[in-house]
Amino acid sequence: MRRIRKGHALTAVLLVAVVAGFAIPAASVKASRTGLPTKIGKGEGALNVIEWPAYTDPSFAKKFQQQTGCIIHRKDAGSSNEMFALMHANGGGGGGQYDLVSASGDASLRLIYAHDVQAVNVHLIPSWKNFLPAFKSPPHNTVNGIHYGISLQWGPNTLIYNTKKVKPAPKGWSSIYSPKYKGKLTVPNNPIQIADAALYLMTTKPSLGIKDPYELTRAQLTAAAQLLIRQKPLLKRYWNYATDEDTSFKNGDVWMGAGWPYQTLQLQSNKVPVKEIVPLPTTGWADTWMLAARAPHPNCAYMWMKYVTTPKVEAKQAIVFGETPVNPKACPYMNQLSKGSCAGYHLNEPASYYNKIHFWKTPVPTCGWKKGNSCMDYNAWQQAWTQITG
Amino acid sequence: MAVDAGAFATGPSLRRARLRLSGLFWRRPWLKAAGLLGPPLGAFLIVYVGALAILFISSFWTVNSFTSAIEHTWTLANYRLIFAGGQPYLHIAALTLEIAAAVTVTDAILAFPLAFFMARLAGKRTRALLFVMVLLPLWSSYLVRVYAWQAILSHNGALNWALNGLGLPDQNVAYTNTAMWIVFSYLWLPFMVLPIYAALERIPDSYLEASADLGARGVRTFRAVILPLALPGVVAGSIFTFCLTLGDYITPLLVGGPSSQFIGNTVYRYIGEANVPFAAAFATIPLAIVGVYLLLARRLGAFEAL
Repeated sequence: MRRIRKGHALTAVLLVAVVAGFAIPAASVKASRTGLPTKIGKGEGALNVIEWPAYTDPSFAKKFQQQTGCIIHRKDAGSSNEMFALMHANGGGGGGQYDLVSASGDASLRLIYAHDVQAVNVHLIPSWKNFLPAFKSPPHNTVNGIHYGISLQWGPNTLIYNTKKVKPAPKGWSSIYSPKYKGKLTVPNNPIQIADAALYLMTTKPSLGIKDPYELTRAQLTAAAQLLIRQKPLLKRYWNYATDEDTSFKNGDVWMGAGWPYQTLQLQSNKVPVKEIVPLPTTGWADTWMLAARAPHPNCAYMWMKYVTTPKVEAKQAIVFGETPVNPKACPYMNQLSKGSCAGYHLNEPASYYNKIHFWKTPVPTCGWKKGNSCMDYNAWQQAWTQITG
Repeated sequence: MAVDAGAFATGPSLRRARLRLSGLFWRRPWLKAAGLLGPPLGAFLIVYVGALAILFISSFWTVNSFTSAIEHTWTLANYRLIFAGGQPYLHIAALTLEIAAAVTVTDAILAFPLAFFMARLAGKRTRALLFVMVLLPLWSSYLVRVYAWQAILSHNGALNWALNGLGLPDQNVAYTNTAMWIVFSYLWLPFMVLPIYAALERIPDSYLEASADLGARGVRTFRAVILPLALPGVVAGSIFTFCLTLGDYITPLLVGGPSSQFIGNTVYRYIGEANVPFAAAFATIPLAIVGVYLLLARRLGAFEAL
């Protein structure tokens, strides 16, 4: 018995040591707000990125590696949550391992407030001044005038439907809340989907007073959640990964659903009879290359941000993934790669068009349209989503 | 020569030290046991129990929803939220528990006749063949097996193709809780067959003969002799099927429907939100359930059958 007790004491001591070591780094990471670099130094020979699968596709990354000597090491993430968790692990700030993350708008503010990413000097990125005005300092990656990354590509959330089964073609987002195609619908398994419901309520139920689908009061969040709870019996499933949605359309389990142009392209290339519409107003996503707070290869990271926003590379990535560049100078190159694609991906729209797309941003307690911290934060959205899907 | 002299000088003293050490071990046998068991046991405690303990401790912390930093103030807030009225967490836990129980019962019913045939009726060759067939799925990837079921159950899949061939209407099984139940039952069946087989094989023939000599017919022998002796095997198998289902989160993701959230899915989501404390608190629930289950299983003699 004595031996056992000694073992217990030893374990306890070790535990305390481990817990203490675990607790300290979490608090000590701070974003550096001053001392932005004024020029890009010599490359470090490597670049570690957390990316949406193939966001550093060899078709355009190979040339970068040859030019700069920065060899890219990729970590693919399947969801915004995974990206955030990877960046926040090992003491945060990319864990001293990762340099860049291609964060979407539902993760970018979270990364900023968690001090996992650092400010970048946009003037070191020549293409930045040519960006569409909506993507120079968007609220999802710029806080108090400080830029925490370089916008990359964007796209609207689209309504995809099977042309053989859904007749007549859907006109707007009301189709995914109507029982006409009960059991044949799908929407993403993502708390940010609440914003889609809020946007729908903004026009259909103006009495709620929703001003911004990402800045909801408790009553507005509850109303959006109730709409989604009523929607749930109409759904075949919530899709988790883009390929899940493709599979469901391919197998005939799903006829209509919310998705991205990427899925439509994939399905059409697999000869599945689908089309998409972009009902306005809609939600959309915009991706940002963000620099990790503890990036070990910052020069290579800057070189990548510089390279990937040049018109030719922007055009190439846009065509490969079915998304839209933030740099309108990519337009002629897009048309070279695929005729009419510049207009097809809405790169030539007037500024008013972008006002109708509400780009993802992490919900935070401070409302832009209302005084005080009266909006529901992402934690509350998260809980509401668990409630809806649970 | 100087080198040799040095070697001679250290040689005997080293030997003496070794002798003294073995003497010490002989006088104090517990020291020998500690030396042998210490390293693996220490590693086990730190890695396994330590990880669980840290998880448990962190379940009493909270996360700052703005900075995602962990706040080290002791609170029961996470547990209160789980048990609060109107929250989905108990519902999620209940669903997980229900499916795990259903899968366990299904597997027991499916596995018993198969194991009985393998252990007591089949010839040597048939038995070997059946063993291979039971184990074959375990040699392929888990994901491949789940995706195969997705292909079978989907709208344009093999199931509906076969039903239509028989002139029957389509069944929409894909993306439902029924689909989860079927897939889980398939996945964990081998883990039920093997312990039951082991338990049945151990029953001596003389018991059955004695039962027959005392005038019991087949059914009576089965009920009074075979079933009680096989029960520990069933319970041992159920530990696998129950615990494996309880902790899974991939099958609900791939074949589950809109209301198929498991405990594991919720934990995974909260970890993704960097809310480790809440994830830890929720993960304690299956741990507690398994703990109770194992205590019950021990009562029923499952550990002797493993």
